Amino acid sequence: MEDKTNIIELKHITKTYEDGFSAVSDLNLEVKRGEFITFLGPSGCGKTTTLRMIAGFDVPTEGEILLNGKPITELPPNKRPVNTVFQRYALFPHMNIYENIAFGLKQKKMPEHVIAKKVRKVLELVDLEGFEKRRIDTLSGGQQQRVAIARAVVNEPEILLLDEPLGALDLKMRKEMQLELKEMHRELGITFIYVTHDQEEALTMSDKIVVMSEGKMQQIGTPEDIYNEPINAFVADFIGESNIFNGIMTGELKARFCGGEFVCVDDVKEGTHITAVVRPEDVILTAPEKGIIRGNVTSVIFKGIHYEITVESGKNEIVAQSVNSAVPGERVGVYVEPDNIHIMIAEDNTNIFDGEINKNYELEYNGRVLDVSLTDIIKGSRMSEDGTLLDAGGSEIDIEKVKIKISIQPQSIELTDDQEEGLVQGCISNMIYKGDHYSYVIHTDLEQDFVVDDEYLWNMEDQVGLVMPVEKMKFKVKR
Amino acid sequence: MHKYRFSRKSLGVPYALFLLIFVAAPLFVLIYYAFTNGRGQFTLQNLTGFFSDPNTLGTLFYSFGIAFATTVVCLLLAYPTAYVLAASRLRAKSVLIMIFIMPMWINFSLRITALKEILTWLEGSLAYHPFLNTVLGMSYDFLPFMILPIYTTISKLDGALLEAAKDLGAGDAQAFLRVTLPLSLPGVISGVSMVFLPAMTNYVVLDMLYNSTYIMGSLIGSYFSAYNWHGGSMIALILLGIICLFTLLTGGMEEENTRGGALL
Amino acid sequence: MIRKIWKNLIIIGILLFLYLPIMILAVYSFTDAANIGAVRGFSLHNYVTLFTTPELVNMIVGTLLLALGASVIATILGTLGAIGAFYSKKGAASVIMTMNQVPVVNADVVTGFSICILLVVVLGISKDTYIPLVAGHVTLCAPFVFLSVIPKLKQMDSSIYEAALDLGATPFTALVRIVIPQILPGIVSGFALAITLSLDDYFVATYTKPATFDTISTYVVNATKGAQTNIKTALWALSTVIFLAVVLFTVVMTVRAGKEQKERNGA
Repeated sequence: MEDKTNIIELKHITKTYEDGFSAVSDLNLEVKRGEFITFLGPSGCGKTTTLRMIAGFDVPTEGEILLNGKPITELPPNKRPVNTVFQRYALFPHMNIYENIAFGLKQKKMPEHVIAKKVRKVLELVDLEGFEKRRIDTLSGGQQQRVAIARAVVNEPEILLLDEPLGALDLKMRKEMQLELKEMHRELGITFIYVTHDQEEALTMSDKIVVMSEGKMQQIGTPEDIYNEPINAFVADFIGESNIFNGIMTGELKARFCGGEFVCVDDVKEGTHITAVVRPEDVILTAPEKGIIRGNVTSVIFKGIHYEITVESGKNEIVAQSVNSAVPGERVGVYVEPDNIHIMIAEDNTNIFDGEINKNYELEYNGRVLDVSLTDIIKGSRMSEDGTLLDAGGSEIDIEKVKIKISIQPQSIELTDDQEEGLVQGCISNMIYKGDHYSYVIHTDLEQDFVVDDEYLWNMEDQVGLVMPVEKMKFKVKR
Repeated sequence: MHKYRFSRKSLGVPYALFLLIFVAAPLFVLIYYAFTNGRGQFTLQNLTGFFSDPNTLGTLFYSFGIAFATTVVCLLLAYPTAYVLAASRLRAKSVLIMIFIMPMWINFSLRITALKEILTWLEGSLAYHPFLNTVLGMSYDFLPFMILPIYTTISKLDGALLEAAKDLGAGDAQAFLRVTLPLSLPGVISGVSMVFLPAMTNYVVLDMLYNSTYIMGSLIGSYFSAYNWHGGSMIALILLGIICLFTLLTGGMEEENTRGGALL
Repeated sequence: MIRKIWKNLIIIGILLFLYLPIMILAVYSFTDAANIGAVRGFSLHNYVTLFTTPELVNMIVGTLLLALGASVIATILGTLGAIGAFYSKKGAASVIMTMNQVPVVNADVVTGFSICILLVVVLGISKDTYIPLVAGHVTLCAPFVFLSVIPKLKQMDSSIYEAALDLGATPFTALVRIVIPQILPGIVSGFALAITLSLDDYFVATYTKPATFDTISTYVVNATKGAQTNIKTALWALSTVIFLAVVLFTVVMTVRAGKEQKERNGA
């Protein structure tokens, strides 16, 4: 069948710039004819570069691009049956609307009456009948957007590339255009390749989403797949709101995370380190005794159709969406249906936990000051003479708004009998022999699980201290 | 494929070649001639000759004197004018500015001719006040080049700054001295460099108004008339050195299109 | 109130300084006086001399042709150079920019003399070929064209060139139909600037022109030293003609700009 064939294939595409920065590395992708596919990712993830390589504005440093099975890697853009809707429209300011739309057809040397007919038809498609003679600068942003789409579509390209086309529009206009674009895709039946950083836009419009980060494809799938079965923590975090916890499998269909043991439906081998994702709408708040874990409500925000409730359990934070309100300070139980827990095998066992900044601008964890200077952690910052922390621009940093994530590798932590020597204390809740060392899970008094690699044998339920050298820690600043 | 990547950049090739032949090469030839004699041998005599001859040295100081006086006169005339122009709320301000620019479009030699006729009429003979006439002629020629950059900087000043100064208790004079004046300095500097350097080298004004004394530029002219390329090259090189020094001091290299900006 | 009077006095004083000599000369150009100050009757003989003396007519036409020719060449070279430099790598672009800056900051005496040395003395090209003169004037003007085009390229939305390619235009078509119209205001003002610079030049012409050829500037400077009274007063007429041409040009431009402004506001 015609619509099953690949219209475009990217094979091992890499784009490295002269300064050594790799915008895209080893990207492989097949796009089916007629699909609406979206490249989704934060800015700088390589999605626009990929689009530009398909359009022909950039040439990949390595790899091959096939159009209908034929290589077009180095074909100039004017020879490709592909048209682009640019981010800021790129309409020709010295031409009126008719001349803008007719530009591509004139390049193909079409007779004038055919051009006139086609332009009229495409203006109808974008609801701008009778606008032929208007100047570009007399149009609103939304109208310019429509002209840009018309100008590309009138050439009947095999693929329409859209580079964040709705980015410059206001929210209401954007929602309208989303629906119209989707409708246009259905009407025209051509392949759309769409680039956006807006996850909601991607979820609403696409047949297929390619999630990208740091030049690499993270996941490809339908919007449902991507939302329900994120393949890793990045995708889970980027798509929708998520509670993400590090944990470990403690038995068949049993996972321990967030200070409790949850039943799940993903069959992962016991002892495997995992990342668990729970969507806020799937978090059920109940009476304390009915919950798997318990915690205190710390904030309640009314969001229109639901309340966003934050619960603190030990050192863990859980965000829930509920139609019922709660009272800050209230003690609640937290329950999640096994179905709604998404278990991913952790890429590595890095322990990640939150540091706190005290009023002396020192980094603390578990009430102990870490021997590291904040000015080293926050790039470009410095202490002012009156003892406040300034950022690179010289304005004061509000420590309430800064979170510091501390990460440390399992092999960098040492276990000790002398609990006071450890930065944090806990009991061994799991252990696996890995051939030359043991991998322990220590459930700390702060209700967090740490993974520690140690060559010595300890026993289950042993109370230990965790010694973590500051020089082995990595710090990440979140604002 | 290669054609597509190649085309836009390659458009610059003719101009780059042109610059190499007509800008870079003449400078190298100039340097070569400045340090050789008529037989093509290396020599420093042109350089030492310049600095040991009281006539040429006198000319150097005299041109500094004229350039300095011209710059001061232009500045004293231009700053109040530019300030008043920038502060005026006239609707036809752009027309008024045009009227100040217009003289620059009339051939300077004709304008100096006009001034010369007037001065001859007023003074009887030009020979009575040679220095005054020269400074007057150069100021007449270069004044718009001083008014425009100052006007541009002052009119770009954020009015809120003055209001802020007054809000903080500064009087009119204080506000001018502490806010407007320091912030208009870039315009003053660019105006000074557009008046001082031509005043050192534009010997025609001097030539037309006062025949006997020379400034730096006219030395080149006299060597040129005598077919002494080597001596002329050395003068040109020394002038170039002064210009470079002055440009570096005023940071004029970054200043975009100063002369052009003033003309249009 | 007193302050306002002061302000007006400053403006009027400076304008008188700038315009009075030209105006007085203009008045006397319509008399048969040989010097300013003498009271004489109305006469057009200066204008008759100006437009009938072959030497004067040749000089005027020659100056205009030189300005036009040199400006056209300078505009083409400078515009292409600006486009080329703008799209070149940083290193190459900064080399071009630096070389471009040399004639801009350099004294015209030095520019003229150095070109004369290279072309006439070293390469032995005769001044009678007009090559040194035209080359000199192009060197004088092209850098300013370059400098007026570059900002327009910077202001231009860089994606419109790509959009043209995307719609099937060849790089050449995209350049001619999309990029050039966008930077046209810069090219036009560069051209106007080139004309002005060439018309006003004395120094480059002195060192590079053929002995038998004169521009307005070189002619006027030599004529003021001479004693030919009828030529001297004919130049008053020339000054008046140029002054009136400049005024006319300015009025037309101002009126046109005003109209455009109105149209834009009306739309």
